[in-house]
Amino acid sequence: MKKLLLGNAAVAQGAYEAGVRLVSSYPGTPSTEITECMATYPAEEVFVEWAPNEKVAAEAVIGAAIAGGRAMSCCKHVGLNVMADPLFTDAYIGVGGGAVFCVADDPGMHSSQNEQDSRHYAKAAKIPMLEPSDSAECLAYTKAAFDLSERFDTPVLLRLSTRVSHSQSLVETGIRTEQPLKDYEKNVPKNVMMPAMAIGRHVFVEERTGRLAAYAEDCAFNTVERHAGGIGVIASGISYQYAKEALGDRVSYCKLGMVWPLPERLLRDFVASCETVYVIEELDPFLEEACLAMGLPVQGKRLFTPLGEYTPSMIRRVVLGEEPAPVRTPAETLPARPPVMCAGCPHRGTFYVLHKLGLVVSGDIGCYTLGAAAPLSAVDTTVCMGASVSAAHGMAKVRGREFAQKLVSVIGDSTFIHSGITGLIDIVYNKGINTVIILDNSITGMTGHQDNPTTGKTIRGEATRQVDLIGLCRSVGIDRIEVVDPFDTKRLEQVVRQETQCEEPSVIIAQRPCALLKKVRYTGHCRVSDRCRKCKVCIKLGCPAISLDAATGAVSIDPTQCNGCGLCVGVCPFGAIEKEED
Amino acid sequence: MQTNIMIVGVGGQGTLLASRILGNAVVRRGYDVKVSEVHGMSQRGGSVVTYVKYGDRIWSPVIDRGEADIVLAFELLEAYRALPWLRAGGKIIVNTQQINPMPVITGAAEYPRDIVGKLSAQADLTAVDALELARRAGSEKAVNVVLIGVMAKNTAIPYDEWLETLRDTVPARFLDVNLRAFALGYQL
Ligand SMILES: Cc1ncc(C[n+]2csc(CCOP(=O)(O)OP(=O)(O)O)c2C)c(N)n1
Repeated sequence: MKKLLLGNAAVAQGAYEAGVRLVSSYPGTPSTEITECMATYPAEEVFVEWAPNEKVAAEAVIGAAIAGGRAMSCCKHVGLNVMADPLFTDAYIGVGGGAVFCVADDPGMHSSQNEQDSRHYAKAAKIPMLEPSDSAECLAYTKAAFDLSERFDTPVLLRLSTRVSHSQSLVETGIRTEQPLKDYEKNVPKNVMMPAMAIGRHVFVEERTGRLAAYAEDCAFNTVERHAGGIGVIASGISYQYAKEALGDRVSYCKLGMVWPLPERLLRDFVASCETVYVIEELDPFLEEACLAMGLPVQGKRLFTPLGEYTPSMIRRVVLGEEPAPVRTPAETLPARPPVMCAGCPHRGTFYVLHKLGLVVSGDIGCYTLGAAAPLSAVDTTVCMGASVSAAHGMAKVRGREFAQKLVSVIGDSTFIHSGITGLIDIVYNKGINTVIILDNSITGMTGHQDNPTTGKTIRGEATRQVDLIGLCRSVGIDRIEVVDPFDTKRLEQVVRQETQCEEPSVIIAQRPCALLKKVRYTGHCRVSDRCRKCKVCIKLGCPAISLDAATGAVSIDPTQCNGCGLCVGVCPFGAIEKEED
Repeated sequence: MQTNIMIVGVGGQGTLLASRILGNAVVRRGYDVKVSEVHGMSQRGGSVVTYVKYGDRIWSPVIDRGEADIVLAFELLEAYRALPWLRAGGKIIVNTQQINPMPVITGAAEYPRDIVGKLSAQADLTAVDALELARRAGSEKAVNVVLIGVMAKNTAIPYDEWLETLRDTVPARFLDVNLRAFALGYQL
């Protein structure tokens, strides 16, 4: 029977059926569930792990493939930047067992800091890329990716996007075909990439690209669907689904399941058979530019947009000139509902203090990025994972000591391990005096609760050796380390003052578990008593349970939102908030 | 034949489980179906939107403006925000719960008044106090299943099939509460 599966779950099923032996990933929306699903298959069949970052994950996969086993790593688009270094050279080495790198783009930036288009990586690294458009294709393409990898001796990229990863559609699942390990043999010209060998492998890579381009012409995933009328559409991935919804049988389609290298003859013949051809693709004009370089008269980006997601109505307007029917709209401007830190979030205490002290905050990526939003408004910069530490180092070096004493970095436990520790080493080595606050909530929160090297558990929930953050920081040369409960705002304030003022580098570990963890059990609810003087200090916490009545200035706590964490009880200067047990 | 159902709410309200129950119920009937979910950042208390589309053949997993047959809203303001997605003749089912978004909490914006009145002037509306019904069923957490119950009556899927789907989808220890919650919604 057909099953309803998330695109990500279908990728996992495809890899499982293909006999994958190792999956190593670092979480990142919208790719995370692939690896989580992998961990539901038997441990005897697949070794699955969360790696400290994408580069490490990719390297584990490269090693596994050289050692003869099929392996896969999954990441979000920006994760591919982190794994790019090993990937570009793995393109030269190729594989033993098949190696698949699955990358999920996020058009519309539902959960991302940029909107980059990963297809450029396939071209730049000179490796093939497949792009499924629904869950059934996710399964089929993933399986095919492993075969392609071994057949052409190349790592393969599998590109997803948010709407493919996070949509469920019907899938026919199969059973696993065990793949015996390929023989391992030492092969220096192939596996040791130093100039003398790499020169030889580059020749292989160029020749392989030619063979892959020839394969693309007959690849079953590149299809042409003809309908009457002179309009043609070239599309891949989710854009194909949008186009079908919008245009149905009124146009002909060239659907590309393999988006690099491209089937030039197929495209030429398709374009020649149509009067007008539109390339429908979100983000960059990747296919369009390739067509234009072939001298094919196609249209695309100029009529659409490089920004955000496409919709069927947008496609209908451009291709058919049909305007959408008018819709009903609210008669007033509605207040936005941006994401917020949850009730009980441990980060709230830290940002409350940082806001109060008016410090410059070099921020990072995680739930705590939400500390940038009003009313906490405490974050000055957010770039990429790890940059809170290293960018603050740069800031301090150009602006000097006084600035450094008004500056802190904030970084989550998972992010610190991912790439914060290297920045901290830079600070120590190059005589910085920065203060770094590690927001240790005992979990990788933003991506939905994955374990990491600091939590003491593996992806399968087994107990493992836990990275000791204090010992780690001490070993790289940090002598001043304080551990503080972020809900003890008075002590935290005092420690932050003291550590920013001192002329040595320091680390503050703000330690309290995420309120959504099962082991965290807050009870009761908080209530505003008649001692309230309407000073609004509690409103500065930005707690979703505490509201201000703009007209009367009265404060109230919504018991359906409050989880009784009690942070507000501690910050109220008049003792006007009380905790009630149920 | 195609039915488009848009489920909207606030991150953390359980819209995802609702869309999964709906998706599973529809699969049993042999329809083609796509369910587009939201994971990640907006789950942290932001506006969340899930689309369920079923029929003979479904292409895009996303519902465009003016195309939703039913908007199932877990929260008042989110129902109002979804109005442009409702098709002519479509129906809104709304939970009367109000959850203040941050701009309202800080006093930077006002929560719109009388959303139920405004929406029913513009659309076919059923307003339900699902929180109260969920409490009556035995758990505030069953709000999503109460709302699924209300919506179920507006679909062609028979009552018994919904119950079977619930049995398959909901963990055994929560089943009784959820069956009661579903019935309370359905009987409305
Ligand atoms: C290179 C890269 N990989 C992955 C992500 C996705 N991502 C965003 S935040 C985050 C984890 C944050 O965890 P942690 O630092 O522990 O902070 P928390 O969310 O728990 O507060 C991840 C994996 C990313 N943005 N960039």
